[in-house]
Amino acid sequence: MKKYATFLWDCFRLSFVGDWRYHLWMTILTLVSLAGLNAYCHQLVHGLVATGMTDQVSWGLYIANFTYLVGLAAAAAMLVIPVYIYRNMHLHDVVIFGELLAVAVIVMCLLFVMVDLGRPDRFMHLLWRFNFPISMLTWDVIALNGYLLLNLHICGYLIYCAYCGRKPSPVFYVPFVFIAIVWAISIHTVTAFLYVGLGGRPFWNSAIIAPRFLASAFAAGPAFIILTLQIVRRFTRHRVADDALLALRRIVQVAMIINIFLLICEVFTEFYTDSAHVASSQYLYFGLHGRHGLVPWIWTAIGMNLVATLLLVLPASRGLRVLNLACILAIAGIWIEKGMGLIVPAFVPTPLGEIVEYYPTVHEIVIGAGIWAFGLLLYTIFVRVSVPVLAGELTYDKRAGRSVQMGLAKE
Amino acid sequence: MGDSREQDTGSAAERNSSELTRRGFLSHGVVALAGTSAVAAALAPLAHLKRDDIPTIEEFLQKHYKEMTAEDKERVFSRIAKAVESRYQVRTKLADPPPMAGVEFVYGLNLSRCIGCRKCVHACVEENNQSRSPEIQYIRVLEMQKGSIDVETSDHHYDPPLVPNSAKYYMPVQCHQCADPPCVKVCPVEATWQEPDGITVIDYDWCIGCRYCEAACPYWARRFNFAEPEIAPDQVNPNMAYLSNRPREKGVMEKCTYCLHRTRVGRMPACLEVCPTGSRKFGNVLDPASEVAYILRHKRVYVFKEDVGTIPRFFYYFDERGSRYSEPIAPAGTGGSG
Repeated sequence: MKKYATFLWDCFRLSFVGDWRYHLWMTILTLVSLAGLNAYCHQLVHGLVATGMTDQVSWGLYIANFTYLVGLAAAAAMLVIPVYIYRNMHLHDVVIFGELLAVAVIVMCLLFVMVDLGRPDRFMHLLWRFNFPISMLTWDVIALNGYLLLNLHICGYLIYCAYCGRKPSPVFYVPFVFIAIVWAISIHTVTAFLYVGLGGRPFWNSAIIAPRFLASAFAAGPAFIILTLQIVRRFTRHRVADDALLALRRIVQVAMIINIFLLICEVFTEFYTDSAHVASSQYLYFGLHGRHGLVPWIWTAIGMNLVATLLLVLPASRGLRVLNLACILAIAGIWIEKGMGLIVPAFVPTPLGEIVEYYPTVHEIVIGAGIWAFGLLLYTIFVRVSVPVLAGELTYDKRAGRSVQMGLAKE
Repeated sequence: MGDSREQDTGSAAERNSSELTRRGFLSHGVVALAGTSAVAAALAPLAHLKRDDIPTIEEFLQKHYKEMTAEDKERVFSRIAKAVESRYQVRTKLADPPPMAGVEFVYGLNLSRCIGCRKCVHACVEENNQSRSPEIQYIRVLEMQKGSIDVETSDHHYDPPLVPNSAKYYMPVQCHQCADPPCVKVCPVEATWQEPDGITVIDYDWCIGCRYCEAACPYWARRFNFAEPEIAPDQVNPNMAYLSNRPREKGVMEKCTYCLHRTRVGRMPACLEVCPTGSRKFGNVLDPASEVAYILRHKRVYVFKEDVGTIPRFFYYFDERGSRYSEPIAPAGTGGSG
């Protein structure tokens, strides 16, 4: 127990140690997080009127980001599957970064849900009367928290073992790795079902939403990991083989192609049929009755996704610069498409045919940015701590003789 | 992070944190102070929280309506009545009329008669203690194009000096009190449920404000208190019940309850009483002698969005001889807001 406390203390201390760039990055993230906290306090006092949401468009930026981030959390699964199921060892050493990302991202998801609640003080009501299994939201609560615990356990166990200088025992983590794979797929499916099951919202009431969710998740998650790994490679001594990046590139490549294929399926069904159900899609892609709020966004997203897919298919993206560009385009494109592009159009027009557009307020944007900054802060700390620990540069035994910084200076 | 540059700054960092030197102590102190004041500044808006906004322990531990015993209810209701009195200077006794046995309420609306005067909209707001600013309305009257039942071609914000416009017809929409309500299905905390007499109610003290029910409703019948509700004390209706029209707080959902504080004790809903054309009919569908049962048997009936399968307890009907508009009158209030 004392050893574990020492471990946590060392992790805590380590998260403050770094060069000026690290400190600058962390200071910026902290300040943005605090700005978000400030805006949230304002929202707590005045109510959700501080946001751009209305009775007509009752979910906005928060739920859009929540939806996107659930997808990003898939990154872990897409690294784990090749390693543990297909025995593709290129990715073995980087699996942990995917799982750490999952932890940080799920924390962000939970925060985005919390800030969307009108009465966060009544959060405990979920424990007293839990409408399970009827409400899909209760499924999502279980799926997300379960996924958080699974990944916390796997990462925590592996890193702690490295800290203690012993070999991790497969019994304590391999079964959880397999459970986490199935669980990762379930978090997207359940989150998609949250929307798909609503008969009064034809834009969501389509069986293709869940598969599209998975496809875009399996593109955005690994794309994010590719960028992370390049940063890890550049700024730490952790070795990341080109093969690992190229293996991830293939995953993103295939997922992007499937994503675009499913998009075409959906767009065709909506517009060729041209029934009354098309109104929301019409609003999203072309505007409805002179309202075009989302049109520039969605076409930007489609453009980004198409360029990203093209780059990924071309051999040029074996070069890391092009690969980075493709990943950034894919992440941003999917953020728009799976965020605002999926949530807002379902509310326009309303079930009574009224068209009210949604524009997030400054407060809402600052709160969202704050949560993003906080998530990145967490992830930076996770990566910053886990790299030297996993490399065996910081262990309990070494600690006895030398200070934390000595271990680092040796890097 | 720990690349080659780290080694240049490494020695400074080492001095800073390994030993408690005077300089290290000072710089740590400055950082800690700056951090604390930044957090305090971030939390500063909380100083504007009102007393009512912070739940007392009693409020925090209040049980779900269905779990309250008779004593619990007495205690909770008197506490709420006191809160209403201190806030609005209105003496009230919170009622809790139970559903009547053998009663299932159904609402019928005559599309041939409705003239779109919106008197129902405003009577509802006054009866049910909705927030006046921002105004929350449970009923939305649509001005429909003749020859179409498509709500997308309707006008929500028509505002002529006189109604009706003989080139249009009018369709008021409110909660349809569905027999298979999607709003109840999706609520994660069972804060909303269907009563035995068919009315879907909300425990305003249990709702967490996730607005999933609002997304699920095909009739756009639910409203959220985005801001602190405001009602002038002289406009508060003191005849109030726990499950219907007691004043709400910010951050919770609300909806039409067929005025259960009236209808469960034998009166008619406020929207029906105020209707100048007799377009609204309300009653117990299980009683074959009731007006609604007669209309369902004999009239041409239309169920809005029957295809979504929620089995509404609200229907529209037509007169066989066509429209029977009365003399034009001035509509109530201004255009539908919110």
